[in-house]
Amino acid sequence: MDTNETLDIKTFLDQDEKKDLLRLLTAGSVDDGKSTLIGRLLFDSKRIYEDQLSALERDSKRVGHAGDDIDYALLLDGLKAEREQGITIDVAYRYFSTNKRKFIIADTPGHEQYTRNMITGGSTANLAILLVDAQNGVITQTKRHTFLVNLLGIQHVVVAINKMDLVNYSKEVYDKIVTDYKEFITGLDIPDVNFIPMSALKGDNVVDTSKNMDWYHGECMLEFLENVHVSSDRNFDDMRYPVQFVNRPFEGFRGFASTVASGVIRQGDEVLALPSRNKSKVERIIGTHGDQEYAFPPQAITVTLEDEIDVSRGDMLVHPDNTPRADRHFEAILVWMDEEPMDPETQFYIKHTTNTTKARIDDIRYRIDVNTLEKTKVESFGLNEIGRAVITTMKPIFFDPYEKVATTGSFILIDPVTHNTSAVGMIIDKLSDSELPTRITDMDREKIKRGEALVSEQERQKRYNQKGHTLWITGLHGSGKNELAYTLEKQLFDLGATVVLMDGSTVRSGLSRELDHSPSDRAEHLRRVAHVARLLNDQGIITICSFISPDEDIRRQVKEIIGQDRMHTIYMNADIDFCRKNKPDLFEKADKGELKYMPGVDEEFQEPKQAEITMRPEENGKNPEKIIDYLNRQGIFPAE
Amino acid sequence: MDKYTLTHLRQLEAESIHIMREVAAEFENPVMLYSIGKDSSVMARLAEKAFKPGKVPFPLMHIDSTWKFSEMIKFRDSYAKKMGWDLIVHYNKEGYEKGVGPFTHGSKVHTDIMKTQALLQGLTKYGFDAAFGGARRDEEKSRAKERIFSFRDSFHQWDPKNQRPELWNIYNAKVHKGESIRVFPLSNWTELDIWQYIRLEDIPIVPLYFAKERPVVEYSGALILVDDDRMPKELADKAKMKKVRFRTLGCYPLTGAVESDADTVEKIVEEMMTVTQSERTTRVIDFDQDASMEQKKREGYF
Repeated sequence: MDTNETLDIKTFLDQDEKKDLLRLLTAGSVDDGKSTLIGRLLFDSKRIYEDQLSALERDSKRVGHAGDDIDYALLLDGLKAEREQGITIDVAYRYFSTNKRKFIIADTPGHEQYTRNMITGGSTANLAILLVDAQNGVITQTKRHTFLVNLLGIQHVVVAINKMDLVNYSKEVYDKIVTDYKEFITGLDIPDVNFIPMSALKGDNVVDTSKNMDWYHGECMLEFLENVHVSSDRNFDDMRYPVQFVNRPFEGFRGFASTVASGVIRQGDEVLALPSRNKSKVERIIGTHGDQEYAFPPQAITVTLEDEIDVSRGDMLVHPDNTPRADRHFEAILVWMDEEPMDPETQFYIKHTTNTTKARIDDIRYRIDVNTLEKTKVESFGLNEIGRAVITTMKPIFFDPYEKVATTGSFILIDPVTHNTSAVGMIIDKLSDSELPTRITDMDREKIKRGEALVSEQERQKRYNQKGHTLWITGLHGSGKNELAYTLEKQLFDLGATVVLMDGSTVRSGLSRELDHSPSDRAEHLRRVAHVARLLNDQGIITICSFISPDEDIRRQVKEIIGQDRMHTIYMNADIDFCRKNKPDLFEKADKGELKYMPGVDEEFQEPKQAEITMRPEENGKNPEKIIDYLNRQGIFPAE
Repeated sequence: MDKYTLTHLRQLEAESIHIMREVAAEFENPVMLYSIGKDSSVMARLAEKAFKPGKVPFPLMHIDSTWKFSEMIKFRDSYAKKMGWDLIVHYNKEGYEKGVGPFTHGSKVHTDIMKTQALLQGLTKYGFDAAFGGARRDEEKSRAKERIFSFRDSFHQWDPKNQRPELWNIYNAKVHKGESIRVFPLSNWTELDIWQYIRLEDIPIVPLYFAKERPVVEYSGALILVDDDRMPKELADKAKMKKVRFRTLGCYPLTGAVESDADTVEKIVEEMMTVTQSERTTRVIDFDQDASMEQKKREGYF
């Protein structure tokens, strides 16, 4: 290879590195020839690439080994195999490039039961290819796909009228389909709709212009995909910068890293931070190759500000004269993605831009039938169902209507227990507050009237992965109860349990402050503790109570309050000498009579007759583990 | 290209950085699995860019099967040192002591013990809740449908039937204790993109990728480099010098070389544009059984 030639290749590569990226969705079933089309695009574009390159080279290389014998069945077989294995037919991403563009195809199946897959694949697409079988014309499936494409705000649609070879390449057939489709989309807002008659099987109008349809003067599929102008689809007007990561690597540098969601951010711009509404100016914009003057979507940058204002993940930087809405109520189109149908009682996590909070579906306005576009009032959504719903979040979120800014107008709902992505949403223009239903439904009101919690015991159990029970540790002063209680709390916490610990000194310093150690006051003190434990257990929280509680009667009373099967007595059985050694001052005072009502000295300590567990303080190293094992066996933590 | 348009490489770069920052923000203890290969080199460079001017807030972990090309190990150590990465190297000590290797135990047993098991040990040992991997969707059929945030249960297993839907650039990072997410920031890159980016960014890579005269032997239908004296003598004796390079790098007895003259990144890219075979065909391990990649992935392999 001589120098000249090397230079040519370098130039070629320099050019090739500068091509842009088009993400597209293909929808249709295998029967429409979708796989054949994709197969052709994948293989034939490769051939073109190769030809292009070989032209640069003087010596003849092997040319066109992709040849005429392309095995499109490879792709078809892939899908078939999936079906036979019973694997969910999913979105498959496929890649090809020409020297003008790189293409990412989200290949999704067409049937109604795969609506969620099509929504997934379409969420990142700039363009959709809808396949129509020329023999069948515009059918329900075509309409459904068009509706979904419109819902996702995809601006460019290509209706690929395929299998033209089977209708004798008839212009009349093509014209009729075009007319039918145009009629159907009146009223839908798709700015750019195109029609290409083709035969994927024969290669007409896929990569090369067809010689069989001289009446068609438009571009073939690949040409069209290479040339379609999509960059103006992005919003350059409304600057939204949802802070993703606060970068504070060293003293004096505080950068807010994120991806520009929309609009253009420039050095020196005045920006407003939401929700704090503090203002500052953009000092630096650090891009992937050094500082830059401005940034636009989808650039990933780091911004520093002139002033030290408080900004954290989930906050948003915007221009002060162009702000998104900040609200807890909004309406959205929801698509149900989970096998589990929607439970109106669930408090979901909502992830919106970089912000995660809680959300609840207050009301469903209607469900849309994806085939007929009819609206029906329903109480809940099932898999693949789509409809309009009213949502309330715990914290305000900063949003725009999806059709204006897709990034700030989209969100996902995550099931609080399974963590599945249950639904996805696209926010629609907000109605005035008075038109939105209130946050509390009538059913909820009834429950509150009856004093019933809106969260069930089962829900709490699932959330915390535990049952709300009480571990009551009884034993003498100095017996090692507290040591056990505190190490147990720590170990349970580390294992993910939600635990509250109560002991004599903490409760007596507050809740029981006016009470002394006399038997009657002690009874009152422990009654209070028992009620607190009960409240906490009702909320699903495990409590560890470490109290001398020397009296069998009182312990029985405590158990009645907390619940017979919810309280577990742990007896810390220490010898009195051990206790004395441990707390010599205290016992000395009691011996001298300076301290009254000291169990083991001037008052009896009644050993519990029915302790679930008895322990020795000498084994405190292993005792917490034994209790954790007990909780495990009883199905208390982790909950069964 | 107008002033508000990004090239395909810059778009891919931005997407990968977004993914990495999302993981750094949402997980307590992420790690980047570093295989020393070209994809890992690109992934590490992207991480450096994502957190600039700071240090990357997670370590690199290399699962050393103890059968890697010696040039890889040299490259790894000098790269980590130069860039100031925290580097964790984990290997299956028990397997190593038992002398498990591809020549004696076959590729299947070796891969399971020294790679899959070693990886799971490493992840468990440090309690990582998110692990970046450099896998791309164009590599293999079963990867084409894998998510960018790929959920693993507490046994590190992947359930292809039960993947979380993934829309826009919103990633569901919720996991229970013990569960984790494998994150693939290079999902949408192709082999060609990787090479173009290496060229664009002048990213250092292991010299084995460039064609050079090397001693190779034919073994299981592939060209295997004589990398050290653990290769059985009767095989090593058959070595011939050939001008070869590697399209992927792994364990030296399991990674086939291709005959090539491509000794610069330009020539590699040129070769890329005209090759007709997928890069994984040079990996011996894929021929073990049908749908083997999907099987390995279910068991926890990357």
